Amino acid sequence: MSGIALSPTRSTLRRYLSLALVHAVLVAGVVFMLAPFVWMLVTSIKPPVEIFTAEISLWPKQFYALQNYGMALEKAPLLRFALNGVIICGGILIVQLLVAIPCAYALAKLDFPGRDLLFVLVLLGLCVPVQVPAMPLYIGLAHLGLLNTYFAMMVPFFISVFAIFLFRQFFRSFPDDIIHAARLDGMSEFEIVWRIVTPSAWPAIAAFCVFSAVAHWNDLYWPLIVISDAKLAPPPLGMMFFADAEAGSNYGALTAAATILTAPLVIAFLIARRRFIDGITMTGVK
Amino acid sequence: MATVVLSSIAKSFGPTKVLGGVDLDIADGEFLTLVGPSGCGKSTLIRIIAGLEHQDAGSVAIRGAGVDHLRPHERRVAMVFQSYALYPHMSVRANIALPLTMSRLKLRQRLPLVKHLSPGRREILRGIEADVGAVASQLQLDHLLDRKPAQLSGGQRQRVALGRAMVRSPDVFLMDEPLSNLDAKLRVHMRTELAELHKRLGATFIYVTHDQVEAMTMSDRVAMMDSGSILQLGTPSQLYEKPASLKVAQFIGSPAINLLPASVAAGGRLELFGRPLALAVDEAPGRSVTLGIRAEALSLSHGEPGSAVFSARLRRKENLGSEYILHFDLAGRDAAAGVTMRASPATAAGIHEASEVTLGFDESAAHVFGADGERIEPRGQGAATGSVVPLRA
Repeated sequence: MSGIALSPTRSTLRRYLSLALVHAVLVAGVVFMLAPFVWMLVTSIKPPVEIFTAEISLWPKQFYALQNYGMALEKAPLLRFALNGVIICGGILIVQLLVAIPCAYALAKLDFPGRDLLFVLVLLGLCVPVQVPAMPLYIGLAHLGLLNTYFAMMVPFFISVFAIFLFRQFFRSFPDDIIHAARLDGMSEFEIVWRIVTPSAWPAIAAFCVFSAVAHWNDLYWPLIVISDAKLAPPPLGMMFFADAEAGSNYGALTAAATILTAPLVIAFLIARRRFIDGITMTGVK
Repeated sequence: MATVVLSSIAKSFGPTKVLGGVDLDIADGEFLTLVGPSGCGKSTLIRIIAGLEHQDAGSVAIRGAGVDHLRPHERRVAMVFQSYALYPHMSVRANIALPLTMSRLKLRQRLPLVKHLSPGRREILRGIEADVGAVASQLQLDHLLDRKPAQLSGGQRQRVALGRAMVRSPDVFLMDEPLSNLDAKLRVHMRTELAELHKRLGATFIYVTHDQVEAMTMSDRVAMMDSGSILQLGTPSQLYEKPASLKVAQFIGSPAINLLPASVAAGGRLELFGRPLALAVDEAPGRSVTLGIRAEALSLSHGEPGSAVFSARLRRKENLGSEYILHFDLAGRDAAAGVTMRASPATAAGIHEASEVTLGFDESAAHVFGADGERIEPRGQGAATGSVVPLRA
């Protein structure tokens, strides 16, 4: 009797222990990931004196947020940088989707000679880092007189092999019978792509949108090469101009600017979080 | 005249030959079933008729005209898929309406934004709405029109798929195992509904199934397929009563036909388990043949004339309510599988498990198959005299 009575409590105890262990590991990961953000937030509300003290404190003795954020907003065209970021990310994303979705459909569902070879090329494309074609692209854009334009910042990223790969994997699990039914109902292949297959791929598309927007919002390398006009600068490049010209070593103002420029991404991710996770797991498991 | 004529259709997927020159004439308004084990090529054949696959050789003609150069929707056939293949993000209404919007609206009337500028679009949409409503009420889908496929039960999805096929009023319906995802009870119900639908529409139905019961119960004619060719084409009763080969005999009928090894003795007389039968065939003595006997042709023997006998031991009784299926072992024989027999409850009550009985069968009801599996007509029986083979030896 006592054995039977004991075992449930023991098993609950064990369950709680393992839960605690799992959560300890997760909390450690969260701390590691969030520390830079927290530090950025904390620094952005500290006065310069406190930033350079040797002791670590998570709350300023003197609240200096108004001055830091005021200076950031006043001295740097942060909204302009953010608008540039939106234009560039939006432009890149729209073209990427317009190109990658039909490509991925063709690779996943159409039968044509050379399809597998093309897919291998796509995979190889994944292995080429952006730095490799930077030089020829720069020379080409310079010859065309397109440096210092939004177009120059966007053009290398219009074709995303990663998107083609991701959507191809997603479309492969789309039932062939539905495509057959659509053909029998008289749909063209383009209509099948946009009206039948794409609506079912929203999780994958949402996931890719987050990947793409984060990557290009935060990109410094390519804008640094093709942009010298501060009015066209996307957020990271703008931050760099701001750091050089205005803020110097005013880290309070710098981190305040960084906070303002990071916020849209964080908010967008929080809104799209569920979709994003769905997209990753659905394409990953199959 | 929605006839469908297939001439020597061949198809291979890589090195695997799926169809090897299939010829088939399907009459206007006929309900023809392609039946066979999985992998026999029946689904590929129906997809070739629909234009979803392309044959390597041969041609398809619908309404007397070749359609090989036409794309699927230009062939004016409708198809119902095993998985229903409903568009998951569209309502039932939009699913059923889609074939009509594709055929009645021009491209510019379907484009986003631009479509609102096109004149006459509203009248066409009203016509489509009316047609969808008519089909929906025929299939009792009226109250489901605004649901998404995911919110429907299997039977309801099945009906939506049927509705999407019917709304175009095509002359030819292609059905690829439409009932196999339904539960047993609903399947029996839908069998009747489909047969009635066929009668009402008067269209040509080509129906693919691996279930011989569906083939037997609904069809005007059945084409039994195996390994990419048609083994036998005929009415359900022809296939049941005169199977052209061992494979057809084994596939059609439930419980499966009993097969007993026999041999040809002098004068073409057949011998079963060493006992001579009255049956005789035109084969050389010493050849071995197979006797096929339906479960209802077997009975407990009381020494009637014209019936062959052998002994067997009862292994198991299956109670189907109105009748019993009795499973016997053939003690000491090489027919390891044993035999099954249909029996009335009264007969079944008289036999106990493990008891030894003598079974007999009417020799005129036995099918004889050669070593190559082809049917052999017994001597004096092919002439359709219907006379019972005289006297046991």
